[in-house]
Amino acid sequence: MIRFSLKGMAGRKLRTALTALAVILGVTMVSGTFVLTDSIDRAFDAIFSSVYVGTDATITGKSAFEISNGSGTTAPPFQESLRPEVAALPDVADAIGGVAGDAQLIGRDGKSIVFGGAPNLGFSVDPTRPDFNTLTLEKGAWPGRGEVVVDVSTASRKKLDVGQEIGVQAEGPVVQFRISGLVKFGSVDTIGGATLAGFDLPTAQALFRKVGKLDQIRVAGKPGVSRAQLVREIRAILPPGTQVRTGTEQAAEDAKATNEFISFLRYFLLAFGVIALFVGAFVIFNSLSITIAQRTRELATLRTLGASRRQVRFSVIVESLVMGTIASILGLFLGLALATGLFRLFDAVGFTLPNSGLVFSTRTIVVSLLLGIIVTLIASILPAFKATRVPPIAAVREGVTIAPGRFARFRTPIAAVITILGFAGLFWGLFGPDLDTTKILLFMILGMVLVFIGVAMLSAPLIPGLTGILGWPGARFGGAAGALARDNAGRNPQRTASTAAALMIGLALVTLVATLAGSVVQTFTGAVNEIFVGDYAITARNNFSPIPTDAAAAAAQAPGVLAVGSVRTGQTLVFGKPDFSTAVDPGVGAVINLDWVSGSNAVLAELGKDGAFVDKEFAKKHDLEVGSPVEVTFVNGNTGTFVIKGIFDPPSGGSPFGVVTISAAAWDAENPSPKNVYSFVLMRGGETEANAAVLGQALAPFPNAKVATREQFVENQISGLKSILNVLYVLLALSIVVSLFGIINTLVLSVFERTREIGMLRAIGMTRSQTRWMIRHESVITSLIGAIIGIILGVILAGLLILKIDLIDFSFPTLQVIVFAVAAVLVGVLAAIFPARRAAKLNPLEALHYE
Amino acid sequence: MENGDRAAVLVARDVTRRYGDGDTAVDALRGVSVDVPAGELTAVMGPSGSGKSTLMHILAGLDRPSTGLVTVAGKEITDLGDSELTKLRREHIGFVFQFFNLLPMLNAEENIVLPLTIAGVKPDRAWLDELIGSVGLGDRLHHRPSELSGGQQQRVAIARALVSRPSVVFADEPTGNLDSRTGGEILELLRQAVEEMGQTVVMVTHEARASAIADRVLFLADGIIVRELSGASAPEIGAAMEAISSE
Repeated sequence: MIRFSLKGMAGRKLRTALTALAVILGVTMVSGTFVLTDSIDRAFDAIFSSVYVGTDATITGKSAFEISNGSGTTAPPFQESLRPEVAALPDVADAIGGVAGDAQLIGRDGKSIVFGGAPNLGFSVDPTRPDFNTLTLEKGAWPGRGEVVVDVSTASRKKLDVGQEIGVQAEGPVVQFRISGLVKFGSVDTIGGATLAGFDLPTAQALFRKVGKLDQIRVAGKPGVSRAQLVREIRAILPPGTQVRTGTEQAAEDAKATNEFISFLRYFLLAFGVIALFVGAFVIFNSLSITIAQRTRELATLRTLGASRRQVRFSVIVESLVMGTIASILGLFLGLALATGLFRLFDAVGFTLPNSGLVFSTRTIVVSLLLGIIVTLIASILPAFKATRVPPIAAVREGVTIAPGRFARFRTPIAAVITILGFAGLFWGLFGPDLDTTKILLFMILGMVLVFIGVAMLSAPLIPGLTGILGWPGARFGGAAGALARDNAGRNPQRTASTAAALMIGLALVTLVATLAGSVVQTFTGAVNEIFVGDYAITARNNFSPIPTDAAAAAAQAPGVLAVGSVRTGQTLVFGKPDFSTAVDPGVGAVINLDWVSGSNAVLAELGKDGAFVDKEFAKKHDLEVGSPVEVTFVNGNTGTFVIKGIFDPPSGGSPFGVVTISAAAWDAENPSPKNVYSFVLMRGGETEANAAVLGQALAPFPNAKVATREQFVENQISGLKSILNVLYVLLALSIVVSLFGIINTLVLSVFERTREIGMLRAIGMTRSQTRWMIRHESVITSLIGAIIGIILGVILAGLLILKIDLIDFSFPTLQVIVFAVAAVLVGVLAAIFPARRAAKLNPLEALHYE
Repeated sequence: MENGDRAAVLVARDVTRRYGDGDTAVDALRGVSVDVPAGELTAVMGPSGSGKSTLMHILAGLDRPSTGLVTVAGKEITDLGDSELTKLRREHIGFVFQFFNLLPMLNAEENIVLPLTIAGVKPDRAWLDELIGSVGLGDRLHHRPSELSGGQQQRVAIARALVSRPSVVFADEPTGNLDSRTGGEILELLRQAVEEMGQTVVMVTHEARASAIADRVLFLADGIIVRELSGASAPEIGAAMEAISSE
């Protein structure tokens, strides 16, 4: 029987190949994701451990609470005097201090050098102990006074070399340095496209405003001293606010942020692989169902020859198992190619990921193959049971239809139940009480899967009506071919429904994303226009990095500037929870206008040393009113008590502030190197070209600072969202490509099935181009059905999500929906090319003889 | 299956078959009783719509009678479930179809042994060689059906029907899709199977020439057996058919 299945597949190469593609694409994505992220993981591990090769122990500043990565908040530095104390310990051979911070390199054109959104890292280096340096020297010499070393990758891209001058901006204005050498980060050119700059310790301390302080001490023990013993010895003399780790522990700690990023990237990309596989399951299910229907006589003959139902079922399952396995193996190896491609792509957009060779782990092989094979198997179960219902008598009698299954008459009720269960799951996930993130995601994913399956099943009864409507223009203006296309699309509702369903899923997800994004943009724009009453905003060039406070101070000096208000942000501990807090300087009162529940806009300028304001929700949650005290613990461990002076009602786009907002003066006292996320400027005369020029002039010493009008500011803030949106579209396109193959497959099979019919049409005078037209139109009708159901479903799903996130107002993405519908028509046209050509090539005479 | 007692391999008693119900009901068979003796070739004849195909489907267990009994090799089959019917087909029934029904991806030999493959039985090489020799396919064994002529395909189908030495072979218009010369060869093969192997064969046909090879011819009209001839020649059978059709 197995041999029979294999031979059967070999006899149906084209359809097997087209069906297999549906699996291959999904598995490629899964395998590629694993290979990519594993490779990055290993490369980073190697980098971080190489950095601490000669280090037995490290001493670092300790924040008062766990800082979440990427928050921009760093642990406070500690007094430099600790270093000689540590060096004096009996088992310590060496103790080298260092500082780090953000260091912008400024090109000869006066602009800061940035690659994509990559960070700009600055370090101190000790020329006497290169083995203790994070950076390794590639060319030239370690830096002395007034000198800098930069990474080879930036140097080669910006044509920098030893001996040249370069500007560096850290906390203050730009300072000019001479390049003394070129360096690498550990063993790699750079990480994530970051620019690297190294200075001697006093220079770095000055640049990062950490004079007399250190971020880290690296310690080497005397020979024969165990690391544990060394750590114990150091721990005994550590002042509060510092901690000691072994070199290995420190490497793991440093790797934590990147590990979290890689793990996020892994799950993010895997999700799209799994979506593609889910869509693929529909395609496989559909192709197999059609194939079974076309093999009725063959299967019936097998039954007359003594094959049992089990054998027939087994033969179908073996066939899909073999196809699924081959497709998964192909996908697995194509994943290697995809990972290589993604490395190149990231490199091309300036986000260079370290790559020390592709990692092809057992987990990658097992998970990719299992996913591909299991999805194929599941999709083949129903068709396999359908095959068992082929009656033996079909071997001798023409036109015997396969009896509907036992549950067929409950099809619509079952579909309705599945759909309702799906929506119930979604609702529970969104609005259920006390669910953790994992449960929320689980319910939502499960809910969506059920909704998609249920809607796909429910749509079959709608097909005749939908084809009637969508086929009308073709039938009206396309003559006989158009009318036939409409009827063909409607003659097998089940088939059309499940073909369209594959495309529906992709379009529903794309629409969901577009609706969410559109609503966010709309709401955000509204919120900015509501609260931001200044003329200009000052942000970093990349729109999100914090900028030195000196920039705002410089802007305030410019002629015509009436007020500058800046907002700082960072992590704090409030009511026992680490959360973002914000700080404002008095100028904010003139550029930001809030809707106050208690207090007035004057509060913004009158916070003083111990004043604070919070939003309505937070006040309600913690029972706060004007006059209530709030305790805020800062990253340095100090706790201050602040008195509520005002409570505001945030706009629907979300509050621009953290949980608690205090004055900039109070903030700066407790946070190392405070920075502004943005500053707003009010100018005499408002938005004019002259004013923009004046501001630009004032900010010239801060190349990373950018002046934007209100409109530009909104645009800039949204641009990040737009790039994310584009990435999502590209990744979702994968599942649309899978459904495209599904449509091709259905059409090819339908053309094959209708060989005799098409031959007859040709014989009675249908031209080749009419034949092509007929197939193409049928294809477009099918895709449009998928598109319409998908778009409606996507909008509904987005509506549900927006209902949950009450910060966003729903906005219908009209333009995008039109674009998606046009794209669906294109998918239909594209899918029809090959099947239409096959249909047109049929020789009428041969087609009629076809048996 | 030693010849001699001529026991009935196939027995039908008062078989009726009604399709549909109410006003649109059609009675395809209206009370048919038949005994098919072992080792004989029985032909079933009748005009279109006489019920001859329905009778064959019911005798072969492909369709169920509305009332009445059918036994194959002594076993009553009318109430059997699907898996018992499958077992019955494996052990007792062979088929020869009008359109050959060979599996296109298997070659001639694979098609021939397919019933054994399905049953999980290893073919007896000597028997297989004898069978292949007797249907005259020696040099075409490794060809696919698409590379064989219609006559050759039907030879493969006959070998396939005989390979498991079933109690009875049903042949449904075996010459219906062949020219008369090739059809003649196929009929000879069927006759040969009866003569040399003692095979029981039931053949449905509308050709008098085909029925002439039968030991016994049953004539059906409007769902009942109206006449029976034994050892009749083609002209006699033709005349009988003529008489039935004009009634």
